[in-house]
Amino acid sequence: MLIKTRSSQYVRESEVTDETVFHNRRRLLKQMGFIGLGAMLSRHLSAGLFDGFTEPALVSTSFKSYPLHFTTAVDAERQVLTSESKATSHNNFYEFGAGKNDPSENAQQFKVNPWNMVIDGAVAHPLELHYEDLFRFNLEERIYRLRCVEAWSMVIPWVGFPLAALLEKAEPQAGAKFVAFQTLHDPEVMPGQRGRFLGGGLRYPYVEGLRLDEATHPLTILAVGVYGKTLPPQNGAPIRLVVPWKYGFKSIKSIVRITVVDKQPPTTWGLAAPHEYGFYANVNPKVAHPRWSQASERRITTSGLGSDKRIPTALFNGYADQVAGLYKGMDLARFF
Amino acid sequence: MAAAANFINDRHVAALKIVIHMFSLGLLVRAYYLGFSDQLGGDATKAILHYTGIGALNLLLLTLCISPASRYFRQAKLIRLRRLLGLYCFLWALAHLVNFVVFDLQLDAVLLVSELTKRPYIVVGMVTFLILLALAITSLPVLVRALGRHWKPLHRLIYVAAVAACIHFYWSVKADVSEAVIYFLAVSFLLFLRVRKRKPGIRRANTP
Repeated sequence: MLIKTRSSQYVRESEVTDETVFHNRRRLLKQMGFIGLGAMLSRHLSAGLFDGFTEPALVSTSFKSYPLHFTTAVDAERQVLTSESKATSHNNFYEFGAGKNDPSENAQQFKVNPWNMVIDGAVAHPLELHYEDLFRFNLEERIYRLRCVEAWSMVIPWVGFPLAALLEKAEPQAGAKFVAFQTLHDPEVMPGQRGRFLGGGLRYPYVEGLRLDEATHPLTILAVGVYGKTLPPQNGAPIRLVVPWKYGFKSIKSIVRITVVDKQPPTTWGLAAPHEYGFYANVNPKVAHPRWSQASERRITTSGLGSDKRIPTALFNGYADQVAGLYKGMDLARFF
Repeated sequence: MAAAANFINDRHVAALKIVIHMFSLGLLVRAYYLGFSDQLGGDATKAILHYTGIGALNLLLLTLCISPASRYFRQAKLIRLRRLLGLYCFLWALAHLVNFVVFDLQLDAVLLVSELTKRPYIVVGMVTFLILLALAITSLPVLVRALGRHWKPLHRLIYVAAVAACIHFYWSVKADVSEAVIYFLAVSFLLFLRVRKRKPGIRRANTP
C-alpha cells in the first residue's frame, strides 16, 4: 500500500512560490502577446478591450485558502512533488476557460461557502452536505500521480477522505451499479458555461460517472484540500473527486450532486467525443488516443523549459496492484 | 499622384525591415528566456510549443498580406518585405518543430516515427514544414536566378502551406476549434484575393 502515516508536521510549505511572483508571471505572459486570435476574441468576450494591458500586477481579490488538519502521508516511492504554483496554475477546468491559465485567473471570485452537495438516487439515506460538513470526515493526505489524457502528469498531495466513507453513510441499495457526479452549474460565476467560445464547446453542467465498485475502492477519494490547505477554485473547490488510476478528466471538480444509479451514466467528454473519451478512461499505455500516443508522459515537476522528463506511462497509472482486479476479463481496448 | 504613389521609399523599407527583425527575433528570444527561467506557467513545454506554432502561422498570414497590400496601396517597394517575413515564418516553424522534437518528444526516435506515421495532424504539420524549408532554401538569390521561370510556380506552394498549417492547427485542438476556424477564414480571404486577381478582365499584369 502506498499510504503510510507519520506524526511529524507537513513541511513543504516553504517551497511555495511567492504569490506576487506567481501573478506577475501571468501578466508577463499577456504582455508578450502570448495569445492567439481566438484567445483575444474570447478575452474580449469575457472582459473589456485591452484588458491584458490594464490589469494590475496583483490580482487583489485572491481566493483565500485555509490550513487543514489531516493525517500526513509519506510517499514510499519518494517521487518529486509537482510545485504548488504549477499544480494551481496549470488546470483543465473549462467552466473557467479552456486555456490552462484561465481557471486560476478567472476563478478567484468563486464562492464556495455556502455550498450544498446532495447524495441521492438509489440510496437508503439521501444526504445533504453543507460547506462545514465537507471537512467533518477523517481527513488524510494522499500523494497521487495525476495523469492527464493530454499526456502530461503531476504528483500532487491531496487532502481528503475515501468516497466509500460517504457512500457508506448513504447506503446504496442492492442492485445499484453506478455513481453519477455533477459539477455546479452557475453561468454567472462560471464564464465557460455562458457560451461556446470560453467553455470549449462542452455541454454543461459537467457530469462524470464511476462503477459502484470503482467508486468504493479505497484509492478513490473526495479531496477537499491540496498542499495542506483547502482547495483553490481552479483545482475544484470546495470538493472534488480524485481517481488516480484514471485520466484526469474523470476526477470531476466542484461537485454538487452524487447520484447512485443502476445504469451507466453519461459523461461530459464521452458526449463531446465518444470515440476519443470512453466511460472507463483507465490510464493505459497500450490504448492510444486517436490523435496521440499514451505510451509515455511528460512529468511536470518544479522548473521551466527542459526540466520535465518524458517517462513511460504505467498501466492504471502505476496502481495496477490495487485496481487491476476490478477489470478482470474485460477487453481494455474496447472498454477504454 | 506620382509622389503619393511612392510614399514608401527605400528608407521606409529599411526601417520596416528593422522592425520586423526586432519583433520576430526579439519575441522568439524572449519566449525562450521566459521558458528557461520558468516564467511560462505550469507547462513551459506546451506553452512555447503553441506560442511558436501560432507565431509561425501569424507570420505566414503576414507574408501573404504583402502582395495584396502592395497592390492595393500601389506601393511596389512593400514587396521587398515579403522574403524577410517568409524567412522568419520558416524560423518560427523551425523553432516549433525543434520544441516538439526536443522538449516534447525529448528526442525519442521511436515515438517520433510512430507519431509521424500514425497522427494525421503531425503528418500535415511536417508537410507544411517541408514546404517552408524548400521555399526558404530557394529564396537564396543565387537559387532564385538559377530557378528562373520555375521559381514563381514553386513559391506558389506557400498557398498549400497556408491551408495545411490551418488543418494542422484545427486537428491538433482538443475541444474549442473557434480559433482555428478564424485562421481558416483569414487564409481563405487572402487566397480569395489572389483568385479574384487572376480572373480575366481584372488587371492581368505580372501574372504569367
